Order: sequence, then structure tokens, then C-alpha cells
Amino acid sequence: MERLSYGHDTDAPLGGDRADAIHGVVASGNLEVLMERVLPAGRCEVEIATPLSGYEEVWAAVVSDFVERVQPGGVRVSINDGGAQPDTVMLRLLQAARLMEGGR
Amino acid sequence: MSRDAASWYESTARARIGDLLDDGAFTEFLPPGERATSPHLALFDLPEAFDDGIVVGRGRLDGRDVFVAAQEGRFMGGAFGEVHGAKLVGLLRAAFEIRPAAVLILFDTGGVRLQEANAGETAIAEIMRAICEARIAGVPVIGVVGGRAGAFGGGGLIAGTCSGLVATEQGRIGVSGPEVIETNHGVEEFDARDRALVWRTTGGKHRALTGGADAFAEDAAAELRSAALGLMDAAAPFDAGTLRAEHDRLAGRLERFGSAQDAPEIWRDLGVTEDVPALDTAEFGAVLDRIGGRHGAR
Repeated sequence: MERLSYGHDTDAPLGGDRADAIHGVVASGNLEVLMERVLPAGRCEVEIATPLSGYEEVWAAVVSDFVERVQPGGVRVSINDGGAQPDTVMLRLLQAARLMEGGR
Repeated sequence: MSRDAASWYESTARARIGDLLDDGAFTEFLPPGERATSPHLALFDLPEAFDDGIVVGRGRLDGRDVFVAAQEGRFMGGAFGEVHGAKLVGLLRAAFEIRPAAVLILFDTGGVRLQEANAGETAIAEIMRAICEARIAGVPVIGVVGGRAGAFGGGGLIAGTCSGLVATEQGRIGVSGPEVIETNHGVEEFDARDRALVWRTTGGKHRALTGGADAFAEDAAAELRSAALGLMDAAAPFDAGTLRAEHDRLAGRLERFGSAQDAPEIWRDLGVTEDVPALDTAEFGAVLDRIGGRHGAR
């Protein structure tokens, strides 16, 4: 199991007031994303546990794309990966952030 | 799509709870943020899930206070590990103390998780005991079977101890699953790749016809909700009389159908001449009514 961890400063806090949200399932080619509003408003941290090693650069790129696009300040993101493709990872991150913002 | 029409089979454990219960009424026990994960999977270098593949909590069903547990069949086949099992045991023991209107178990499991088999097997035994204690205390325990993994292995045993079961056509109930039977007895005995065979021997229609499920419902959240409510009201008292009647029913079933080679033989013996797999839910419901299939034993 490879454990990766990234920290980013953000320009803005993530909208909405939901304290936490979870989306996705740990299944083959899928992942679960847990978001918790526990950090200072200008900070986002992402922790990943993945059974596939050797994809650190891809994870770093997806995470920094997500942070730049969404500005998820104040949120700690925890991921249990089941071997998802980068596009699936981005989709789940966006869906979880939408839940945090009050969407369904 | 409205949540009432949402396919139970295609759904996830969390979405099923949202579709089944009254709006905004669910409180989760040990939510994902608590990180009650498996202590064993890391040893096998396998990914964990923050809820260990089961969501448990309390909510309202048509205004009535209910406890609910939903298994996630896509995480490790919904299998029972140590924490997964302990969450269900804890929910049932809390039901014994708090006496909600019912406990709903939304099955989606292949049985015990092999990586933590001893803890999983123990959990199955503890769950069956806790179900019996809840039922003695007057709390009906209703099982819903309509997920991808069905209710197999220990999950099939637990299903057998519930006050009532509702199954969909896609829902399958059994102990040894098709692949286990094929592995142990050969492909001549049971061809696990023959999907028609798998569904006509373990699927919801066959279980409803032979009293392995007490209600049959369309693969939609609203249908399962009303079937579950019906079973809550129909639950028999859990006493010696009920158990004796159930044992007599099972003995009679074995005597009558024990030599049958395939499910359609049993259907014909029951007086069902229709092409069962082709029937829609309303037509199949009429068949069940005609043969007295809604038996309400247990």
C-alpha cells in the first residue's frame, strides 16, 4: 500500500457549511473520497492510500489540478483508492466537493 | 430519476439508505470520519474503506423509528470482517435496549471476508444471536435482498433468522454460492456460469415461491419501502409456536421437493404453469396469491 500526502495553500475556503462528506466506493477502478472541514480556511491537505505504487507524479498532478480548479480551502481530503484512473479520481473529488458545498 | 424509482441493484449502500428512509432523518453511528476501519486488511496490502463496507444508524421509515444497516456489495463483495460484523452486532444489541419499531438489514454480501475469516465467522454467530434477542424483545428484524452480491454464506444464514425477508428478482439468497458449489461438486452438479440456472435456483422469484422470502418487490426503492413496512406489521411473535410451525414447514418442504432436480420441477408441483422468469412483478404477485405463497411463517 502506497501512502501519499500533499498540502496546498488555497486562495479561498470551500463554499457551503457541511462539516464532512463521503463519495464513491472502494471497488476495482473506483475510490472513496472523504472530505472534512477541519483545516484553516486557506489550507487543503490530501492523503491517499493506493494499492498501486509508482503513480506518485500522476496523483500529484490530479491533486494540484483539483486544488487550482475548486479552491477547497479548509478541507482535509482522505482517499482510499481501488485502482481508479485519473479521470475517475478527478470526478469523485469534484462530486465530494459539490456535496460539501450543499449539493446532492 | 426520482429516488422512488431508483434501482436498488445499481445503487450504493449510502444511496439506498437515502432512498429508503424519510428525508433528512438518518443519523449514522460510527460515520466514516471515525475511521473504524479493518485492522486486518493492511496486513494483506489491501485497501480499506472508512466504514468497513457497512453503514449503520437510526432513521425514520414512514414516520416510525427504525435502525438500519446497509452493506456495500462493491467493497470486497460486501463481506463480513471483524469491524463490519461488530457494527451490525452493536446495532442489533442497541435495538434490544432501545426497542425501535424495527431493524432493517439491507443485505449485499457474499459472506465472510476470507482475510479475516475467524473474526467474520464469530461475527455471523453473534449477529444471529443478537437478531434472536431483538426479536424476543419484540423488535422485528426485516431483511432486504436486492443487491449485486445477494445474501450468501453467513449472510444467507443471517437472512434465515430475520422476522421477514423481501427480495427482488435480482436478489439472490443462499449459503453456498454458485461458484462454491461448482468448485466442490463439479460443473455437472452446478454450472456457475449458467446465469439462468443461478437466478432460477437462488433468485428472488424462486425464493418467494418456496417460502425463502416472505415478500417479492420490484427493483425500486419505493416498492422495497412499502414491502418492508408490510413485513414490519406482519412479523409473528418469536416464540416456541412460531419456531415449531417454521420447522414443520421446512420439513414438509424438504419432503415434498427434496428429490427435485431443478427449480421448474418445483414450480410445476406448486401448480405454477406460467413461464416464471418472464412474468412481471404484478403477474408474479398474482401467482404468489393463487398458490398461497405469501405464507408469513418464521
